[in-house]
Amino acid sequence: MSTTPIETWAVDLKDVTFIYPWVGSEVLMAWVGIILWIAWHVWQLKHENATYAEKLAKYGDSDTIKKAAEEHH
Amino acid sequence: MDTDVAALTTVFTEFYYWITVALMFLIHVGFCMYEVGASRRRNHMHTLMKNSMLIPLVTVTWFFFGWWIYWAFAGGPGITGGIGHPAPEFAAAYTPWGESMGPRLDDRISGVFWAAFLLFAWTAASIVSGAVIERIRSFAFWIFAILIGSVTWSIDAAWGWSYGGWMVEILGYHDAYASGVIHAIAGGCALGVLVVLGPRLGKFAADGTPRDIAPHNPWLVCIGLFMIYTGFWGFYVACNVPIATAGFIDGQITGATQTATTIYLTPTTLGAITMNFLLSLSGGMMVGYMVSKGDAFWTYSGGLAGIITASAGNDLYHPMQAFIIGGIGTYLAYKMHFWVENKFKIDDAVGAVAVHGYAGFWGLVIAGFVLWGHPSSPYEGFAAINPIGQFAGAIIMFWVLGFIPAWIVAKILAGMDLLRIPREIELLGLDFHDNQEAAAARQDVLDAVRGHAGS
Repeated sequence: MSTTPIETWAVDLKDVTFIYPWVGSEVLMAWVGIILWIAWHVWQLKHENATYAEKLAKYGDSDTIKKAAEEHH
Repeated sequence: MDTDVAALTTVFTEFYYWITVALMFLIHVGFCMYEVGASRRRNHMHTLMKNSMLIPLVTVTWFFFGWWIYWAFAGGPGITGGIGHPAPEFAAAYTPWGESMGPRLDDRISGVFWAAFLLFAWTAASIVSGAVIERIRSFAFWIFAILIGSVTWSIDAAWGWSYGGWMVEILGYHDAYASGVIHAIAGGCALGVLVVLGPRLGKFAADGTPRDIAPHNPWLVCIGLFMIYTGFWGFYVACNVPIATAGFIDGQITGATQTATTIYLTPTTLGAITMNFLLSLSGGMMVGYMVSKGDAFWTYSGGLAGIITASAGNDLYHPMQAFIIGGIGTYLAYKMHFWVENKFKIDDAVGAVAVHGYAGFWGLVIAGFVLWGHPSSPYEGFAAINPIGQFAGAIIMFWVLGFIPAWIVAKILAGMDLLRIPREIELLGLDFHDNQEAAAARQDVLDAVRGHAGS
């Protein structure tokens, strides 16, 4: 029993093609990857918006902004 | 690999592309150093992360669709052939679930070839990154990175940087080391974003006079550019097929002689491109130094612009031609940068549109004259290299696939208020919160140490 197509290396290598696990489930693996990728962007956008909102709430007063501008570098 | 010669050829080719990938990593290191050096201290970490995260995002999307586009769109589709023209078996094999997209012992080349093209994609996206620092939202930039890295560059490579591309066949387009397919498109893309994004606060005076926002660390900028030069060697070498036989080129080239070829399968040598790389770099640096009166940033950038200008024909130019063409491109890029900045109030923070976009554009045009009549391909029926085809190619690269898609996406993102960071955040600096926290932490430790010293 092997998750890969290889049960033994006692074979002629010219007959060996795929060596990764779960051959035959490539479409499923690709779609899992695509969903994870899109989900990452959704999370990142929310995180970025929340970060800006938090910073503005904490530092968005005019005095802090003026002070930051004077220390501009 | 059932004979010694076949094994050596295969393993050599596999290792050849693998080395190019490792070298091209340095381009990205260089871009990160360069951008962070050019940014102000208040924006360092945001600038670094913005560029760094394009690595995973372009990589996964290159796996999902970028690589397939390259093999599927060479004929347009619908110009010289349908999806997959001229080799539909490759397009099928390079879908994300395709049979050549995972480890297999009977295909040792696909993975490293995929990776070499991916590193080109990172480069294209990273060029855009520098132009837009200190005011673009990370979300927005990463959308542009995917747009150019895994969509538009892939389309342009299919059209103009493959042995069966319709631009090569109909226009006689020749761009051996990517003046257009990487640099002009990236410059055009950056300009499309910049037009909508607008300048950094304080960049222009009320009367429109541009101010110089100096890099906080010129050393880092220049060493970053030096690093890009180093990685550029990998880029150049990856543009070649290291060893090709008459059979590999479908018998179009007769005889038994084996040769390196360009991506168009037209013969060249590593010696040719090595000499021309160095001479075009030299022409660019010398002119960059001269026009900027010894400014380090523009001298280094001039070297890059010199290589980029000559890249379209560096498989064929005489070294003196590469030297002069590199110098001409650098002069044009430098002058156009400041003209566009003044005229259109474009704030290109690192000169990326000029060094990559304008130099790449003019490099294509110049190649059309210098290489006029040379066969663009070993295949019968393909147009020869010519000025009109190269000019049309430059327009397609810079404007059609570079500027226009980026401008449209930028407009959409701006309409959703997702393009530019809030004004107050820009005034504070993107790293303000982290810098405050770090300062508080330092003070806390200092107080504790003082306490110990006093006890």
